[in-house]
Amino acid sequence: MTTTTTTAAIAPVRPATLSLNRPHGIGLVLRYALLIVVALVFVFPIVFMLMSSLKPSEQLLADTSSLRAVLPVGNISLDNYFSAFRTAPVALFVFNSVFVTGVTVVLSLFLGSLAAFSFAFLHWRGRDLVFSLVLATLIVPFETIAIPLLLEVNSLPMIGAQGFTIGWLNTYHVQIVPWIADGLTIFLFVQYFRDLPFELIEAARIDGAGWFTIYRRVIMPISGPVLATAAILKFLAMYNQYLWPLMVTQAEQYRPVMVGLQYFFQLNVAWGDMMAYLSIITVPVLAFYLLLQRAFISSIASTGIKG
Amino acid sequence: MAGGSRSQALTRQNAAGWLMALPMVGLLFLFLVVPFFLGFVLSFTNQRLVSPNPTTFVGTANFEQLLGMGVLVLSPEKEDSGAAKVGTDGQPSYPSLRSFTRSQDKYPQYYGMKELFAFGWGESRVEVLARDLVFVKAILNTCAFVIVVAPVQAGLALLLALLINQKLRGINIFRAIYFMPVVISIVVVALLWRFIYDGKDGLLNSLLCFISFGAFKPIDWLGLPQTALWSILAMSVWQGVGFHMVIWLAGLQTIPVSLYEAATIDGANSWQKFRFVTWPGLRNTAVLILIVITMQAFSLFPQVDVMTKGGPLDSTQSIVFQAVQRGYVQQDIATGSAISVILFVIVLAISLTQRWLTRERTA
Repeated sequence: MTTTTTTAAIAPVRPATLSLNRPHGIGLVLRYALLIVVALVFVFPIVFMLMSSLKPSEQLLADTSSLRAVLPVGNISLDNYFSAFRTAPVALFVFNSVFVTGVTVVLSLFLGSLAAFSFAFLHWRGRDLVFSLVLATLIVPFETIAIPLLLEVNSLPMIGAQGFTIGWLNTYHVQIVPWIADGLTIFLFVQYFRDLPFELIEAARIDGAGWFTIYRRVIMPISGPVLATAAILKFLAMYNQYLWPLMVTQAEQYRPVMVGLQYFFQLNVAWGDMMAYLSIITVPVLAFYLLLQRAFISSIASTGIKG
Repeated sequence: MAGGSRSQALTRQNAAGWLMALPMVGLLFLFLVVPFFLGFVLSFTNQRLVSPNPTTFVGTANFEQLLGMGVLVLSPEKEDSGAAKVGTDGQPSYPSLRSFTRSQDKYPQYYGMKELFAFGWGESRVEVLARDLVFVKAILNTCAFVIVVAPVQAGLALLLALLINQKLRGINIFRAIYFMPVVISIVVVALLWRFIYDGKDGLLNSLLCFISFGAFKPIDWLGLPQTALWSILAMSVWQGVGFHMVIWLAGLQTIPVSLYEAATIDGANSWQKFRFVTWPGLRNTAVLILIVITMQAFSLFPQVDVMTKGGPLDSTQSIVFQAVQRGYVQQDIATGSAISVILFVIVLAISLTQRWLTRERTA
């Protein structure tokens, strides 16, 4: 864990000079050729997905034997998209994912930054011990606690609209509450807060501001970069989640998009529909990424631990 | 701070500090620390998700069942004359395995075990047995996956980082493209790649046929025990390599430009610059990346679940896939927890080893 700090640069990743004299002529052409070939390897499956989502299943399968696989040729239409919406409650899955992800990101950032504020600026008994325990949780992969956590949430009480019930399975909160707590979020905020000038806090204290006011009025307004980093990491982790929702949502009503995928690889796979569904759940994320590309990449660079 | 109200301020800080940290720390305790220790406790019981019978303590029985292995050396059967008995195929014949693994009173240590693999040793035959064949295979597969994926993915990521770390027009576009698969869910990627690996109409087979002018015979990449795990590995590298490229890039940028300038003045070529300037400067990054890839690789699950379900012939069984099979599908929480504990011990051992190795080098 301690080694992560070596790369904790919030600044955008800028290529530094490797060779001092810029390449030119044939060398330059070769370099670009290599860059393009590698880029094709990464782009190819994604373009294939998008193009296939526009083709009828038979044509899609026939096209895989040639370059037509990645070209919008033949019988192009949006039929697969309409069909996908008929096959499965796609809109519901998308809503569930957006709702669960959105609520978790907001709560995780709020409570995480609040705790980090306390760890970074306040002195209280047991602080350093608790913080080192928070850091220790980072080496526990979720996969190693998934099964006991399943048993735990299955026996937790809940007071809701239906009154008092036992067991959290098949709800929204079972997908949200365990994921609010996140050692990585706390760690990222603490790193950022420790670099802020302490005079800011002292000045506010002299003005008689309470701690929560300082958090809300002084610190949060200048925490844009770390908020973006933590939000992006949490968003990716939540939206792309598979194992946990697979275990806790047997009811269709609460399933997120990744679990909803199962509707499309049953016995008779309708390939066109599946490609349409994959595009529906992937394109918004890709668009979001391409728009905020620098922020995405620097947030990965600022961590290193956990996907 | 004013000296007189110092202790009072400290008390107030104590209260405020606890209050602000409590919600997050409380949740972390409830949903991470509790299940973590619960897992240890459950792994020594016979707990099921729903069961009419009360939970009882069973000691290390779950671990013995999962990890129990034995080695059996079989001597060839002898004729009454003392010559080795030879079967119809001309090979020496050995006593049947069943005579050892099915008799609880004569050979309790081998009872219920199955053959993992066997090999000849002189005229004897060495049988390696496992009590839980599938789980032992899952451990072996996962370890093989990790041992191959760590150097391959770290190496490719470094090559990409060096490629991207050039001063060229439009280099940011390439960086964005190489990183793109990282933001896509591994579940989506795995489904897409089922197309690429398909035995009949797969894109990979088409491509290889095209390159070799038809000489290449199509392979069912995910359907053969020899290729399935490595196909999953190649796809995982494709999806994750951009992530580690970015971490290498961050490491590359901590190396001062002046060092490269000095090397140029000394007449170093590109390889020498890499060997004596770049590589020593990347040592910490290298360790970090290996730890990250190893931890991620041990969690191998969604790819297996979507692409092969552990098959063919258990060649893609993984530790986490087995934990989910037992703990969730079969609702055997105790065995699932025991597998989780085993996984945690392996991950912890590896991250401690890697940390220890770096400490020695930097000291």
